[in-house]
Amino acid sequence: MSQNNNYWQANLRIIAFCLAIWFVVSFVFGIILVEPLNSISLGGYKLGFWFAQQGSIYVFVVLIFYYAKRMAKLDREHDVHEDKDD
Amino acid sequence: MSLQATTYLVVGLTFALYIGIAIWARASTTKDFYVAGGHIHPVANGMATAADWMSAASFISMAGLIAFMGYGGSVFLMGWTGGYVLLAMLLAPYLRKFGKFTVPEFIGERYYSKGARVVAVICLIVASVTYVIGQMKGIGVAFSRFLEVQYEIGLMIGMGIVFIYAVLGGMKGITYTQIAQYCVLILAYTIPAIFISISLTGNPIPQLGLGSMMTGSEVYLLDRLDEVLRDLGFAAYTTNARLSLTNMFAYTFSLMIGTAGLPHVIIRFFTVPKVKDARSSAGWALVFIAILYTTAPSVAAMARLNLINTIEPTAGEYMVYEERPDWIRNWEATGLLAFEDKNGDGVIKYSADAETNEMTKIDRDIMVLANPEIAGLPNWVVALVAAGGLAAALSTAAGLLLAISSAISHDLLKGIWRPDINEQQELLASRVAMSGAILLAGYLGFNPPDFAAGTVALAFGLAASSIFPALMMGIFYKRMNKEGAIAGMIAGLGVTLLYVFQHKGIMFVQSTSYMGDMAPNWFLGIEPNAFGAIGALVNFAVAFAVSRVTAAPPDHIQHLVEDIRVPHGAGAPSAQH
Repeated sequence: MSQNNNYWQANLRIIAFCLAIWFVVSFVFGIILVEPLNSISLGGYKLGFWFAQQGSIYVFVVLIFYYAKRMAKLDREHDVHEDKDD
Repeated sequence: MSLQATTYLVVGLTFALYIGIAIWARASTTKDFYVAGGHIHPVANGMATAADWMSAASFISMAGLIAFMGYGGSVFLMGWTGGYVLLAMLLAPYLRKFGKFTVPEFIGERYYSKGARVVAVICLIVASVTYVIGQMKGIGVAFSRFLEVQYEIGLMIGMGIVFIYAVLGGMKGITYTQIAQYCVLILAYTIPAIFISISLTGNPIPQLGLGSMMTGSEVYLLDRLDEVLRDLGFAAYTTNARLSLTNMFAYTFSLMIGTAGLPHVIIRFFTVPKVKDARSSAGWALVFIAILYTTAPSVAAMARLNLINTIEPTAGEYMVYEERPDWIRNWEATGLLAFEDKNGDGVIKYSADAETNEMTKIDRDIMVLANPEIAGLPNWVVALVAAGGLAAALSTAAGLLLAISSAISHDLLKGIWRPDINEQQELLASRVAMSGAILLAGYLGFNPPDFAAGTVALAFGLAASSIFPALMMGIFYKRMNKEGAIAGMIAGLGVTLLYVFQHKGIMFVQSTSYMGDMAPNWFLGIEPNAFGAIGALVNFAVAFAVSRVTAAPPDHIQHLVEDIRVPHGAGAPSAQH
């Protein structure tokens, strides 16, 4: 059971890390800091506007695949992956 | 071939395809009907989830709303995609491990209570029915344009199609049909966007075109749009916040947790073979969704610019009403676009000033459907957009109706009232329940409360304030008990419904609104659509407080929570430790 507990704690740390990035790119860059970031240009985009309408979405996609990959590794490390007996 | 004939041909072909697939893959067991047998590949499931998810609101309304809101429209873009991150990390893998058919079933078992299951069914039905109204409105708009009939008749035809379609399908049929519908809708969305991006900026990738210079000039497209709008008296496109940053924060948050709490999306992750697949499938779903969602801002800005260019081709020179293009005549016939030559000079002027503005009505929902015509694209592209809009509305309506009917037939009938019915009776019951849901949604579609995306946003508030917190606490907080969860769901849903109804009218009937839908009456300046975030906080707080003063859940429930947290043993009925 403590084995599973370590696994769960590791999972919570990975989630916290991913959700911190999730929060920063959308709520911080896209909303709270949008005005200062808008003074920076990315091509024809104002940077804050770009995060709100483009950048945050790209980061979300990367985050989910990172999480899926990281968890598949964690499942094996803690020997809780699905096909170990069947 | 005329536009009308081309449209009939393209839409007819796609309908034949969907019905063919639905017949080929129709459900014969309840497992097929509820979770497609549990054998869908994660990439295929991602694609079906994307079609299930991207509704009339995403396809038809969203770019139109962004076109008129500018930066403020970002709440829809971030809110409706960010929820998938929450879904992939906080809900989907654990609910897949639990391995049952419906969301209320999880809540009923986790909180060892039939009462909790009934509360979850009510939350699910309220959220899904609200959401279905948005689809009905979208179907009505698409049909009224495509058949050139009144909105009400379009709505009735749409109801008929959904009826045939959803009752035949079941999750198995729906899943394979949704894969086809995704292909149709994504082609229909991106092809016009590519053409328009090339014509305005020379860049074939709309996401890059939006950040490029206008063809034949040194001016960036977004800077040009800001300038044109300021000249007309509107706020600048790229900096126009929606009400306030507090409101945008709450709105985005409501949409994100609402997305993660929508039962028709969650049940899609019950159809993949493994826990591992549930995680990656959420990623694939978001890839397929992101293709449309990152294109939408380009469609929005370019459509707005093209619309202004049609009415005012060069500065100070306006469109002569008698010489208006065909697309304007077509849309005027539907009643969704209207002009009034107030000063009788024969030309149409567009302005932020209500006194001199002569484009007296432009329904936001027509921006995407009219976009290819505004840009002068060939007839087959226009026809494809009509087919795409219908694919989006139909696939989402089917998914929602499945969630509603399975809640009634599996959770209420089989789970609570009549556990002794056999599988065939349960299948029949779910089809009857589906029919009832279509009729109810159709009735509410005749009294639409807001723009399609606005209606849908309310459903998110309800899912956010009731279902998401109950699911999340069920997985992450072992100590959460029956009393806390039920009190939390009722409090969250109650607060949100009260706030929405007092400003929008009871069941959205305008005349019963007793506080008026006016900004000064809003709590912290938060609009009713954005209130789900507050409802969710109330839910968490009430649930936590109540659970502290009542007994801990029994041991076997605590073991159940430990069990769903690890992937090993998925598929087996609650493994013993």
